[in-house]
Amino acid sequence: MIEFNSVSKSYDGGVSFAVKNFVLRVNRGEVLALVGESGCGKTTTLKMVNRLVSPCSGFVSIAGKSVLDICVQDLRRNIGYVFQGVGLFPHYSVRENVSAVPSLLGWSPEAVEERCSELLALVGLPLASFGNRMPMELSGGQAQRVGVARALAAKPEILLMDEPFGALDPINRAELQGEFVRIQKSLKLTVVMVTHDVTEAMLVADRIAIMKQGRILQCDTAAGLLSSPTDDYVTKLMKTPLTRALEVSKLVSAAQTTDYFR
Amino acid sequence: MSVDFEMKFLQNFLDALQGHLSLTLASVAIGIIVSIPSGVLAHQFPRAKQPLMVIINIIQTIPGLAILALVVTFLGGRIGFLPAFIALTLYSMLPIVRNTITGLEAVPWDVSEAAKGIGMSRSQRLILVELPLAKPVIIAGLRTAIVWTVGMATLATLVGAPSFGNYIFTGLQTRNLESVLLGSVASAALALVLDAAIGLYQKRSIERTRGVVGKRSFFLLFYQFFVVMVLVLAIATIFWPAKQVDVVVGAKGYTEQHVLAGLLSAELNRAGFKTEQKIGLGSQVIFEALRGNSIDVYFEYSGTVWAGHMSHEDNPGPEVIREAVERYVESQGVYFVGFGGFENRYALAMRRDRAEALGVTSITDLAGIGESMKAGGDLEFFGRLEWIRTNQIYGVDFDEKLIFDSSMMYGAVASGEVDVISAYTTDGRIAAYDLLILDDPNNAMLSYDAMLLSSDRITKRPGVMRVLARLANRLTDANMREANRMVDVDGLPVSTAVAFLQNTVNFDYKSD
Ligand SMILES: Nc1ncnc2c1ncn2[C@@H]1O[C@H](COP(=O)(O)OP(=O)(O)OP(=O)(O)O)[C@@H](O)[C@H]1O
Ligand SMILES: [Mg+2]
Repeated sequence: MIEFNSVSKSYDGGVSFAVKNFVLRVNRGEVLALVGESGCGKTTTLKMVNRLVSPCSGFVSIAGKSVLDICVQDLRRNIGYVFQGVGLFPHYSVRENVSAVPSLLGWSPEAVEERCSELLALVGLPLASFGNRMPMELSGGQAQRVGVARALAAKPEILLMDEPFGALDPINRAELQGEFVRIQKSLKLTVVMVTHDVTEAMLVADRIAIMKQGRILQCDTAAGLLSSPTDDYVTKLMKTPLTRALEVSKLVSAAQTTDYFR
Repeated sequence: MSVDFEMKFLQNFLDALQGHLSLTLASVAIGIIVSIPSGVLAHQFPRAKQPLMVIINIIQTIPGLAILALVVTFLGGRIGFLPAFIALTLYSMLPIVRNTITGLEAVPWDVSEAAKGIGMSRSQRLILVELPLAKPVIIAGLRTAIVWTVGMATLATLVGAPSFGNYIFTGLQTRNLESVLLGSVASAALALVLDAAIGLYQKRSIERTRGVVGKRSFFLLFYQFFVVMVLVLAIATIFWPAKQVDVVVGAKGYTEQHVLAGLLSAELNRAGFKTEQKIGLGSQVIFEALRGNSIDVYFEYSGTVWAGHMSHEDNPGPEVIREAVERYVESQGVYFVGFGGFENRYALAMRRDRAEALGVTSITDLAGIGESMKAGGDLEFFGRLEWIRTNQIYGVDFDEKLIFDSSMMYGAVASGEVDVISAYTTDGRIAAYDLLILDDPNNAMLSYDAMLLSSDRITKRPGVMRVLARLANRLTDANMREANRMVDVDGLPVSTAVAFLQNTVNFDYKSD
């Protein structure tokens, strides 16, 4: 569905590269997670898909067609994007933020309203109590959920998400992840999702691409990465959820809280 | 005070308010229409920003009066609403353009990117996201513009557009402090009210961005309705059909000119022509207005044309000047009807009894005795060519040269505080205090013979020209002095002075 054909991006005219010789294929209906340390080029990769950033060499194609051959506004309206900084419009209410893309696409007001209430219910912010709030009146996690709702509003086939669940508490986060997987499966969405959280990547994504300094170190299923890592960094990164779980488990048994796993 | 007087006062006040308000609002409205797109363009094309700001800053540094005069000249002498409106519009632009740019530049980067990322086109981003977010800053600029424009609109009086400046400038000319205060306070109050109105709107629109919900939509709707109504009214007044008049009579801003304009109107009315008066025009503007057919007739002075318009610095004597200015004004496309018969120039004047005691009748007689005398002059006199020449030609100087406000000067010579003053030859106070005007055989003082000028347009109305011709060469220094005295010293209305002139002179009008 989405193909990165040896894509490179330099912000300083070739001195250093944010993304270098990036080759990757994301299949239709697949969730791909991009994982890697801060500044390794995840956001840059994502933005090259909807042309917020243009590559210096190579090209991105969607369904076999270079994104450069698609009208940029149509391209963007048909790709949902959850921004890293949330990026809600501060002068629009929650309802207006979620309605933004369907309205641009010329949906009827009734259809927009219906979609709005559907999505806000989905992300746990009922229209009746949150629809007229302004972004300033939301918590960070609530704003993030509105951001996800906005990205999904126009029923896109492709979703790009830049740390979409970062600001949520563990319970809401797990809930929303589960909800997200359900939607994704039922709509057969193709998703590229940036995350720092390896556990999240393992639970949500079909495949994980591990990046370092603008390159892909390895891209495989969670099982594949665990069983045959090609790099020490991959090994170390993939082990973190497990080692931490063990540490937690030790703490739990030390405190003799026997019903912890109930 | 009579009811009639109060009604007239109220009428004048409302006229000034209406003029001031429509001028300000129309200028700012057009200012907004021009400035916001300019600011947007400058933001979009950073290369255009620098030149645009330079031009607008230059406009801003030109003094208001100079801009008005330039616009009048540029419009071929047209006076009234249009030039004032154009000048004010230019003036209102700077704060709006500047704040539009600042406001757009301050839109958070991630919000602009999000707008791009969800697929908004350039213009959708601008209209749906960037301008709404920049709105509070733009409105702050608008408030500055409104306050500046209300202030500058007072100058519109000088190009014949009514405003609260009418009170200020008439007050300054007639030294009526209350009138100056009234004009200033009224325009300041207008500025405050308009500013507060926008401030209220601004507060509401900020609350909206903060999401204070409630009655906001109703309030905004009402407010916007109100603003649009006022704007429409203001703009409608631009295109209001002008009153149907035959002749527009012009006058500068002081008593003698008011009386002369009254006389011209009264005589024309008597012959059945409808007239309108444009009073209080600036000295530079009025001649341009006549050339541009914005006014049709007024009394000018030969010295003003000679020194002011023709830029001469010498004084070849009254006859030469008369001939030269007559030729000059005709060459400027203006019709010279004739001289007025009187002269309003500077002269040295003394109390009659004192002059007789010293045997003084002419400036020549002051040579030698001036050094033991005190002289009083108005604010300008001792710096003018008139005094420099008096000093050189007659070898006259004084022991002390005191400077007075001209209203105090006459009292000072009458009480003997000073011996000689610089008087104006038709000033009513010469007669009131029985002063003697000293002869000036060697032409130290530039002559200011009154001359009746008419527009080219009106020469095609023989009936009007016949009336004007009868007004030429009929007035005398003594008549004018008496008429001025009635207004300046006795405080009688201009119409009484006009009636006095009509009765004394008998302009020999026969019905056609
Ligand atoms: N607009 C830009 N101009 C110049 N350099 C940039 C720009 N955007 C990103 N970079 C640089 O490119 C590199 C990759 O940035 P990118 O935003 O893709 O990182 P990231 O993987 O998303 O990091 P994080 O996890 O912190 O969000 C970084 O070194 C960053 O400093
Ligand atoms: Mg990032």
